[in-house]
Amino acid sequence: MNQHITASQEIAEPTRARSDAAQDVVRLVDVKRRFGATAALDGISLTVRKGEILGIIGRSGAGKSTLIRCLNGLERPDSGEVVIEGRDISRLSERDLQPLRRRIGMIFQHFNLLSAKTVEDNVALPLKIEGQPKAERLKRAAELLELVGLADKAKAYPASLSGGQKQRVGIARALAARPALLLSDEATSALDPETTRSILALLKDINRRLGLTILLITHEMEVIRSIANRVAVIDAGRIVEQGPVWSVFADPQSGITKSLLGTIRPQLPAELAERLLPGGGAQTILRVDVAGEAARRPLLSELSAAVPGPFRLVHGGIDHIQQEPVGTLFLCVPGEDATHLAGVIAFLDSRRARVEVLGHVADPV
Amino acid sequence: MSPILFELLLRSIWETMLMTAASGLISLVFGLPLGLALISTERGGIAENLWVNRVLGAVINGFRSVPFIILLVALIPVTRLIVGTSIGTWAAIVPLSIAATPYYARIAEVSLREVDHGLIEAARAMGGNRWTIIREVLVPEALPGIVAGFTVTLVTLVGASAMAGAIGAGGLGDLAIRYGYQRFETSVMIAVVVVLIVLVCGIQWVGDRLVARLDRRG
Repeated sequence: MNQHITASQEIAEPTRARSDAAQDVVRLVDVKRRFGATAALDGISLTVRKGEILGIIGRSGAGKSTLIRCLNGLERPDSGEVVIEGRDISRLSERDLQPLRRRIGMIFQHFNLLSAKTVEDNVALPLKIEGQPKAERLKRAAELLELVGLADKAKAYPASLSGGQKQRVGIARALAARPALLLSDEATSALDPETTRSILALLKDINRRLGLTILLITHEMEVIRSIANRVAVIDAGRIVEQGPVWSVFADPQSGITKSLLGTIRPQLPAELAERLLPGGGAQTILRVDVAGEAARRPLLSELSAAVPGPFRLVHGGIDHIQQEPVGTLFLCVPGEDATHLAGVIAFLDSRRARVEVLGHVADPV
Repeated sequence: MSPILFELLLRSIWETMLMTAASGLISLVFGLPLGLALISTERGGIAENLWVNRVLGAVINGFRSVPFIILLVALIPVTRLIVGTSIGTWAAIVPLSIAATPYYARIAEVSLREVDHGLIEAARAMGGNRWTIIREVLVPEALPGIVAGFTVTLVTLVGASAMAGAIGAGGLGDLAIRYGYQRFETSVMIAVVVVLIVLVCGIQWVGDRLVARLDRRG
């Protein structure tokens, strides 16, 4: 189950087939960037494949913003390669970067819409920069506003829009020049949960309908969980963990990932957690994490068939992330008979579930 | 007030308005690009060049620290070179413009600096060049401030033009000193003050209305 790549395994990644490399929209090779004494990026290697949604998560100050800004040349790495569609852009001049940036759309946490322009003029601005005639620009802007559900706001000014509507305009603007890649810089961090969901749904829809590759950075696992296919966890300028979202959620390796996952992962109910004793007690509480194949099997019925004796499910459930079942079950096993407990653990191990003894409780729950 | 004095008053009003409008326009034409140059060349600006920035800043500060009445006299050779004479309304427009341009450049600089840096970054991310950023972002976004600052400059110019009487430029200030003050024509003095109040209020009112129409920041 531990299929995802941890920092130490990263070296093995270039063994991917050569034909795959052509499908990479973005390839970063050992990118470094320092600001004074601190290393914002400390050797980042990463690929973004065509059509995928890659989420990059980290705490504030982890280097996420610097990383995403390196991808369109707003920030220049000190060393390393930034390859966009097969071309290293890290040494290009500002003038040579300009046509390239038109292939990359970007949306921002604070939307960055021009207050002096109407919604349609904001959306059409990238096309104006490209030098398209006005009639065509406005036609394309109308199409895009239709796509993001704001056709009726074309003549409005951004100040009259809600946060969610502003971000929809931002998305329409980012798509105007038909980019190959969309960069999302904390695009939902300034929005309330409901609006966040609708914006994420829109991004997912665009990804599916247009086949647009999306790279997003966020500090919220919820964002990663709802739309990303793959996730890379960044801390102190390094990628500490990356892999398919379901796999990282099911089996986080680094402390940073675990703490970022925080409340998103199921927890033992508080009243039970309070009564937990480190050693000796009538009942043992187990945390069982299952994902992928292991979670598709009738695990509990197999357990009771294979290991006779009681156990009780006290909390937990199975969730689906990218069509993969990811579950956490909290089992309560009577502890008078140590061999029974050992049997339960051994069986679960054999079924590729991860088992952790959380502690014991004195009386039955 | 005698008909002759009244005619003098009308002529003075015209002279003051001419001086204010002409030097105001010139300060706008040169001051706004100067303001843009100041914010573009500063650290982190779109055309960072600290050396140019420092020289520009020093020159602007130099002109701004000279009292206008001194500038008026000191610039006489320059005025003669440009207008052909150092006396009269048109001659006064030269020192007035030279004084107002750095003043307006600083005011424009303040408004331009207030433009959210994120907007400049968005334009860069779209593939815009410096000219795009100036034309599509900096100037339109700072326009309410640019217009409000221009209003302040015009009002300041109405006051400064009064001093230009010293080089025979005429205008309301000159009228007030020569007739109202030196000849004790109280009615002229009152008339001049009332006209100045109306003029300043008018400029401010038009400026405020324009700013309100331009400001879309909600």
